[in-house]
Amino acid sequence: MKRSCIAGGLLAALLTPLIAHADWEVNMTQGVTDLSNEIYGLHMAAFWVCVVIGIVVFGAMIYSIIYHRKDKNHKPATFHESTTVEIIWTVLPVIILISLAIPAAQALVKIEDSSNADMTIKVTGYQWKWQYEYAEDDISFFSSLAASSREASALGSEIDLDTVDNYLLEVDNPVVIPVGKKVRFLFTSNDVIHAWWVPDLAVKKDAIPGYINDMWAKVNVAGTYRGQCAELCGKDHGFMPITVIAKEEDEYKAWVAEQQAAKAALAASADKVWEMSDLMAQGKKVYDTNCAACHGATGAGIPGVFPAMTGSPITTGDIGPHIDIILNGKSGTAMQAFGTQLSDADIAAVVTYERNGLGNSVGDMAQPTDIKALRK
Amino acid sequence: MNAQAVEHVDHDDHHHGPAKGWMRWLTTTNHKDIGSLYLWFSLIMFFIGGIMALVIRAELFQPGLQLVDPGFFNQMTTMHALVMIFLALMPAFVGLANWMIPIMIGAPDMALPRMNNWSFWILPFASIMLLSTLFVDGGAPAGGWTMYPPLVLQTGAAFPMLIFAVHLLGISSIMGSINIIATIMNMRAPGMTYMKMPLFVWTWFITAYLLIATMPVLAGAVTMLLTDKYFATSFFSAAGGGDPVMFQHIFWFFGHPEVYILILPAFGIVSQIIPTFARKQLFGYSSMVYATASIAFLSFIVWAHHMFTVGLPVSAELFFMFATMLIAVPTGVKVFNWVSTMWKGSMTFETPMLFSIGFVIMFTIGGFSGLMLALTPVDFQYHDTYFVVAHFHYVLVPGAIFSVMAAAYYWLPKWTGHMYDEKLGKFHFWMSTIFVNILFFPQHFVGLAGMPRRIPDYAVQFADFNAISSIGAFGFGLSQLLFAYIMIKAVRSGKKATDQVWDGAEGLEWTLSSPPPYHSFSTQPIVK
Repeated sequence: MKRSCIAGGLLAALLTPLIAHADWEVNMTQGVTDLSNEIYGLHMAAFWVCVVIGIVVFGAMIYSIIYHRKDKNHKPATFHESTTVEIIWTVLPVIILISLAIPAAQALVKIEDSSNADMTIKVTGYQWKWQYEYAEDDISFFSSLAASSREASALGSEIDLDTVDNYLLEVDNPVVIPVGKKVRFLFTSNDVIHAWWVPDLAVKKDAIPGYINDMWAKVNVAGTYRGQCAELCGKDHGFMPITVIAKEEDEYKAWVAEQQAAKAALAASADKVWEMSDLMAQGKKVYDTNCAACHGATGAGIPGVFPAMTGSPITTGDIGPHIDIILNGKSGTAMQAFGTQLSDADIAAVVTYERNGLGNSVGDMAQPTDIKALRK
Repeated sequence: MNAQAVEHVDHDDHHHGPAKGWMRWLTTTNHKDIGSLYLWFSLIMFFIGGIMALVIRAELFQPGLQLVDPGFFNQMTTMHALVMIFLALMPAFVGLANWMIPIMIGAPDMALPRMNNWSFWILPFASIMLLSTLFVDGGAPAGGWTMYPPLVLQTGAAFPMLIFAVHLLGISSIMGSINIIATIMNMRAPGMTYMKMPLFVWTWFITAYLLIATMPVLAGAVTMLLTDKYFATSFFSAAGGGDPVMFQHIFWFFGHPEVYILILPAFGIVSQIIPTFARKQLFGYSSMVYATASIAFLSFIVWAHHMFTVGLPVSAELFFMFATMLIAVPTGVKVFNWVSTMWKGSMTFETPMLFSIGFVIMFTIGGFSGLMLALTPVDFQYHDTYFVVAHFHYVLVPGAIFSVMAAAYYWLPKWTGHMYDEKLGKFHFWMSTIFVNILFFPQHFVGLAGMPRRIPDYAVQFADFNAISSIGAFGFGLSQLLFAYIMIKAVRSGKKATDQVWDGAEGLEWTLSSPPPYHSFSTQPIVK
């Protein structure tokens, strides 16, 4: 009897937290789209079906454990077969399953219908950041983990994580979408497989090199929604978050105008000649965001996996091959072609920084015009 | 008949006894020696894989990175899975098959004893090759046990070692399976028809076919990875006209039956133990056999439910959703049959029974989350989160591993002739059960709340449940030292076990002496 009490108590202890804290921390988010709500409904329906079956099955077991025991002198029955019950407990589950499968299939068909979208955003996964390209508005940018989180997450960092805004879920450039519009996302990847997941939008889709997948969301409520990469993509898989800001139509339009103005300003300053100190300052920023994940914040790299920057023949040798490897990457390795990701000015800055920072002191520098000349 | 068997062994002792010293273990062709080798090997690997799990849980105890860098963390998650699946669980089940199948069907030994020796002795070499990757340039494989390209192609010097280790383990498994099938088909005692075989034999019979069908598929997939990396092929490289998703299809065509390879023998074990301690015949024997066969068949047509987010066409998503949901039916039949076996029995609760009841309850919890995961639209939210981690650990730890422990407690008196310490056994059960739930239950919550799997660091809102989970992990890990202690103690000494061992036990293994004679059944028993 004592033992069965323990078993029963244990089971109750397992189930109570589920009932006691029915808020988002222990359960799936309801999200902010019609479909995310529908998915939440399906999730809860399946959960309650399991709870009811669990109560019946475990209830029978526990009853049997309490009453049908030898120390209560219960004599064993001899039955061991019944075609009737076997048929019942085959057919009954089938009926329950069909009743779950029908709404699930209906929801799935809606989810997979991305036709008649109001706008399209192409999302490209990189190790370890996201690129967003707005097809209609000609906007394109990269989105990486915020510097504050990157610093705090370093091994041995003393920074109190509670002081970091949205630790590991904050990015430098959030993706902005309008409320109430059907936004179609196209997913692909530049290197390995990633998965773009924002729970509140109920969108999770793999970004696969050579494939273009799609998924859509129509957000009902303005706000900031956060997610993460959901497919193991290498060392910094845990450090490529997603931040989506859903804005009202007019605010969204203002944001688009702002982006386009910034783009024009950048193009106008393309041929500017930079001072060494400006190149170094900008270069450090670019390095920390794009290079430090593999080559290390101090340029030490990871022996056997990612080469060191400090004292490397590339960063201390001729500047030509140095610019070339950054522009075009190195095939067969994780070194990406940053020519498609960074502006001339940023590449010039990071080349200069790698040659004169990180323990190197070559003394030369690159200008945006040098990069422009070397682009193939 | 027992006396006869023993007498026969004594008579031929001079050329049929075991070799002396360590050569006995190297050259043995005896099913019981090889079974013991498999089981000890698996126990050691269980602890090695467990240490890796504890590195993972120690890092995840708090948000932020405290102990290991993310690259090493990924090596740990990858190696933990490979070690636990291929070096701990599968060898444990093969070890049980080696020990039990011949004496359950009334045979003197396995059908192919020399191949049996070989299939074991490949394992230590394969595992040394796999584990030594931790010390090579670039570290151990870190792309996940699923080895998805292109990521896995970024592995350093460990890459070819990983591939060859998988090849060797596959060869070992295939040889083991051929042996099991040959033994069951040819060496059953007179009267032991297929539908009289104990369920453990039945489930292993079906498992062996699954292994033979799927291991070559895995070998093919990893060989294509190898040529993609070193011989400029482009099977899985989109840039060369290949398809990275094709690997996932091939891998999971192996991988899903693999899941059942890890659980069908567990079903068999539990179906042996529950009737013994309920003192009542297994309910629905033939429906159990048919359910096992149905699960095995379905396991070949559900693989893409691991890939719902890769961008399958709607029709494929619907097919794989329906097929996956169907698995709940035969699995449910099994659970209902176990409960009906207990119903109106005369139960006692020795350690093997406790582990079996724990198995039924916690495996069913894992089954429930499995049913939820089958629903494609909802899977979009669950996929690759800790909800999935909780799901498959529920079926593999308090599922498969509990069944192995149940089997060890159940048959150990037969193997060694000694009873284990019942009090300590029960204590081990309760410690394991409490801690395994502290370990894995909160992972459902963090998964639903949005924590992806395979990450070394996480947002602060997941901190509390992760801390609880890590405490559970260390408690569970420490409890297993107790298991090793109980086993070793029982092997060395302990109360003498009778031949019958458990008063409700039925089957040929209980007609032999404890421990059984060197050539289990030298005279075939007649099964009525």
